[in-house]
Amino acid sequence: MQSKVAKRSIWSGFKSSWQLYVLLIPAVAWLVTFAYYPLYGLVIAFKDYQIRAGILQSPWADPFFKYFSQFFSTSIALQSIRNTLVLSLESLVFAFPVPIIFALLLNQIKRDKVKKVIQTISYAPYFVSNVVVVSLITVLFSANGVVNRAAVSLGGQETLFTSLPEWFRGLFIGSNIWQTMGFNAVIFIAALTAISPEYYEAATIDGATRMQKILHIDLPLILPTIILMLILAAGNIMNIGYEKAFLMQNGSNTVVSELISTYVYKVGLQTAQYSFATAVGLFNSIANFVILAIANQVAKKTSNLSIF
Amino acid sequence: MRQSKGDMIFNIVNIIVMALLCLVIIYPLYYVLLASFTDPDIVSTGKPLFWIEKLYVKGYETTLAYTPLWTSYKNTIIYTVVGTIVSLIATVPAAYALSRKDMAGRRGIMFAFTFTMFFGGGIIPLYLTIRSLGIYNTIWAMVLPVGVSVYNLIVCRSFFESGLPEELLEAAKIDGCDDFGFFFKIAIPLSTTIIAVMCLFYATAMWNQFFNAIMYLQDDNKMPLQVVLRNLVLMNQSSLMGTSGDAMIARQKLAQQLKYCVVALSAAPLLMAYPFLQKYFTKGVTLGAVKG
Repeated sequence: MQSKVAKRSIWSGFKSSWQLYVLLIPAVAWLVTFAYYPLYGLVIAFKDYQIRAGILQSPWADPFFKYFSQFFSTSIALQSIRNTLVLSLESLVFAFPVPIIFALLLNQIKRDKVKKVIQTISYAPYFVSNVVVVSLITVLFSANGVVNRAAVSLGGQETLFTSLPEWFRGLFIGSNIWQTMGFNAVIFIAALTAISPEYYEAATIDGATRMQKILHIDLPLILPTIILMLILAAGNIMNIGYEKAFLMQNGSNTVVSELISTYVYKVGLQTAQYSFATAVGLFNSIANFVILAIANQVAKKTSNLSIF
Repeated sequence: MRQSKGDMIFNIVNIIVMALLCLVIIYPLYYVLLASFTDPDIVSTGKPLFWIEKLYVKGYETTLAYTPLWTSYKNTIIYTVVGTIVSLIATVPAAYALSRKDMAGRRGIMFAFTFTMFFGGGIIPLYLTIRSLGIYNTIWAMVLPVGVSVYNLIVCRSFFESGLPEELLEAAKIDGCDDFGFFFKIAIPLSTTIIAVMCLFYATAMWNQFFNAIMYLQDDNKMPLQVVLRNLVLMNQSSLMGTSGDAMIARQKLAQQLKYCVVALSAAPLLMAYPFLQKYFTKGVTLGAVKG
């Protein structure tokens, strides 16, 4: 069967299943228009883009890397790169393990009904939009919000959480955990339910405690899933939730909340410096892709797992 | 089954941890709901609420009378319905085609899709694309750029790969069924689960869209709910909603409650639909996990 397919010419392969290609048309039309045409649009990072002239007619930037050097000569460049990296790495350290721990603990609950209720509750916040989440943060953490009142009544001090720069990352990552813990745990829960009960039976006979079962059976067996998710997380490191960062931004916390992507939006769409903003965005995409490739290679070398 | 003492302690601690987690997840949402119905004088003391201590519905009265909010609600519903339909038309047939191992070029096409998950043109080129297509400031600027989610496409393809046995296709072919016939008459009726999953994923994403709206839309009367919500709650425009005749203090009191009302109104539809759809949801995420 395989060799037959291989021998056939592309044309006859196409002719025999042309209907399948027809089914692909809407999605491919989308792919070309909204994914690959914008990729072509990236050339304006190297041009002096003028709306009237369009992409092709606009003159090349002189020097070629003008907008990249312009970006790196601003003080915001270093700051936004640093903010993006710190926020992403802190998210990775604090938020990535939470769904794994949650899945491991949930898996220990033996009553299926209880387990299901907890799981259902856990991913409800996934349906709550970023605007609502940031609104929740604003009302709950405001000066006379419930958090501050509780802190004061416990003898603490009133803190202006939403405007102090040192609280930005904590609130961002904390609310991220709240939003995505349940959703991200589903994959680990699925991996855990696939573990054969024989392992546990054997461990019980050997007198293993629950904690030992988690550490010596569950964790090693879901490790491949963990590594794959880690590579994927690394592949999005520079794309960290700019929508939420943008919503949480205010005059007093931009020193930590200005990310590369929020900066691109501001200089690109609010001040219409298209070429400059595209160059900054392109830098971000390339950096992101490089990190993904490195993470993939490291995983391949150390554990034989990779996504490509 | 007998349990050792250590295991029992583990269980108790585990249950307490899980109960606390559930509380942390639910309480903020529950609090907002309560605060939207409770006298703002009580809410503004900042004490934790557990039930409605003193009913106060002026917030909802004012909210219901505020037309821009309802215009945006209507817009969001239209965007969500149209967007979900467009996305289904683009995603489901393509996912089926890509699940067919006998289609030449399948791997290459799949790669072309997957690549865009990791490398994209970014904000500005996409914005310029939308401008040059002439769909800026129209419903299509909300619907088309997010028309296909490659993640959803992969989830859907995995479903067809594992859910439709190859013998079925072979049997149908012997009966003279072509690819269209098989897809429309056999594959789709057998795939209501995945279609429900796709509806849920796409509708949620559409309902919650915010950033694309501020980038690709211009007119106030076209803005979706999330944008109006942000203006009211985060940009503090809710004071505009109170009637001008009110005394200053009464207006401030109301302005506080309005925020809770608007948040509750915008989060409620999805959260209420969710318990009924959640079994599809788990299925979809798990499917995506297996092959993703």
